[in-house]
Amino acid sequence: MDFLHNLSIGFSTAFQLTNLLYAFLGCLLGTLIGVLPGLGPLATIAMLLPITYALPPEAALIMLAGIYYGAQYGGSTTAIVVNLPGESSSVVTTIDGYQMAKQGRAGVALSTAAIGSFFAGCVATLALAALAGPLAATALLFGPKEFFALMILGLVVASVLSSGPFIEGIGMVVLGMLLSLVGTDISTGTQRFAFGIPQLFDGLDFVPLAMGIFGFAEIVKNLEQDDKLSLVTQKIANLFPTREDFRRMIPAILRGTALGTILGVLPGGGAVLSSFASYTLEKKLSKYPEQFGKGAIEGVAGPESANNAGAQTSFIPLLTLGVPSNVVMALMVGAMNIHNIQPGPQVMTKNPSLFWGLIASMWVGNLMLVILNLPLVGLWVKLLTIPYRYLFPAIMVFCSIGVFSINGGTFEVYEAALFCVLGYLLMKLELPAAPLLLGLVLGPAIEENFRRAMVLSRGDVTAFVTSPLSASLLAAVAVAVILIALPNIRSGRAEALKE
Amino acid sequence: MNAEQVTKCEGAKGMIAMTGFRIRNQRALVSGALFVAFAVFFYVAGRDYPMGTAAKMGPGYFPRLLTFILGGIGLAVMAGAVTPKAELRALAKWDFKGLLWITGSVMLFAFLLYPLGFVVSLLVLVLVSSKASHEFTWKGALANAAVLTLLCVAVFVYGLGLQFPLWPTLFN
Repeated sequence: MDFLHNLSIGFSTAFQLTNLLYAFLGCLLGTLIGVLPGLGPLATIAMLLPITYALPPEAALIMLAGIYYGAQYGGSTTAIVVNLPGESSSVVTTIDGYQMAKQGRAGVALSTAAIGSFFAGCVATLALAALAGPLAATALLFGPKEFFALMILGLVVASVLSSGPFIEGIGMVVLGMLLSLVGTDISTGTQRFAFGIPQLFDGLDFVPLAMGIFGFAEIVKNLEQDDKLSLVTQKIANLFPTREDFRRMIPAILRGTALGTILGVLPGGGAVLSSFASYTLEKKLSKYPEQFGKGAIEGVAGPESANNAGAQTSFIPLLTLGVPSNVVMALMVGAMNIHNIQPGPQVMTKNPSLFWGLIASMWVGNLMLVILNLPLVGLWVKLLTIPYRYLFPAIMVFCSIGVFSINGGTFEVYEAALFCVLGYLLMKLELPAAPLLLGLVLGPAIEENFRRAMVLSRGDVTAFVTSPLSASLLAAVAVAVILIALPNIRSGRAEALKE
Repeated sequence: MNAEQVTKCEGAKGMIAMTGFRIRNQRALVSGALFVAFAVFFYVAGRDYPMGTAAKMGPGYFPRLLTFILGGIGLAVMAGAVTPKAELRALAKWDFKGLLWITGSVMLFAFLLYPLGFVVSLLVLVLVSSKASHEFTWKGALANAAVLTLLCVAVFVYGLGLQFPLWPTLFN
């Protein structure tokens, strides 16, 4: 009964005209940037974050969420039609999707992706609605020890899942946490690492950092490689899958949805991991493994369902536990902070219309995306003919304005320029930047919970392992670390995370 | 092995021949050194913050703990780079020109915004950053700058009402 009541609150919020409008805007922008390679949901959300200040909180979050899952749709379109993954979560779709397009079945591949994504979106919305309550209730049992252990688990798993050696991922997390200490220490009021610069007293804002690393440095990298597009020139004719296509895609969609829903909830999970895992699974289970890489419809149906499900369920840890599971979710924390909403179990009780409205808007958004994508495929593909030399200055302009409008000062713009250099350095050293940003976002909460836990235990470190909840979370951390040290798994991981 | 990987290996072998020291993985060595450098920087910058005790932590306790972890990780990464089994990897080449145009254009935007206003600094931002492309043409960049500036003034200043100084301060 509660479940239906909550959904009705959600839908009445999601169907308000302004919210519908912003959901549409988010989906439209998401599709747009999903289609355009070199501009991801991360930079877009960071860019729009300061601007959402003027919006009501529901509309702001609905729009930003729409950008994230909308990008999954747009990314698959270019993956199939021009063999160019618009997003990293669509990388595997290029394998079989583009082959289908070459065989004149681009239309079928596109509608398979859309059907799969839509189905996955619906299931993930329901999973979100069903799981949120129990998880938030669990979170209320958490004390400082448990939150500390949970955040460590999230950071460790995020490093396990980032590309490159695990130890370097952890190093980036710790560096991010050190950067998060810049500013006033909330417990003692001491200025730390601020070097007398007043703009640093409130801490390092993560928008300039994200923009420098994921916006500007990314552009420098893209300019180094000049890839030429290989456009499929044929018309996209038949959108309708045959009966045989349906017979083969349905189990793949079901499996992809289930996998994505589960992997999205895991800390460090999300769209990218889900799509890779699903492709591997489909290839293993298929009766026709020889067709994979040559246009197997399962290779499109599975990963496309999985990435959409994963994108949506990755909101679960953020909304119920207050712990962002990936970098896009870390930016959502920033969006919530702008509106003075503390992410965590209390969101559901304090802002039910925001919480359930956001969830319901995802379902509405998925419906919009099917309509936006299938008939308009031609238009989206046309966008790809815009040369990068016109596109990247536009990204520069929007990023710079976005950074400037955080505080209406130029300090943040200089900061972003500095982080561009750092981001470029990290790219050249192949150090993953995502764990750095997660460390930066979670750092203050980790220190705070660590301190409180130690105060409560009177300085006794063993308290972390004597409480069953935090002990089991820390045991999970240990298992993750031990697993990654095993040579078999290490090589398998390197294979799976290779971009 | 593709061409890029071959050059990476050749570079690393050359390094070993030159220095006589077995640095097989230059990438990891520099990455580890970067971690150590950050750890030292934060340790030195935060050396005066009171530590407190475990039960009543001062502002220095957590940062110092982190610098030790980061320094340890950095040393481990560096050690891994020089083991005989380490992968052969040279450092990647830098495109300083592109980096300079991009960061330079952003800094110019920030520098010019207050004296010269939104319109001029945006034009400069687009023109200067366009220079980073290998396919730069004056005609294309100027047209792009004009279109983007018009669009931004319409959307951000008139549409969203963000507070920007629009024109050079002399005219106000």
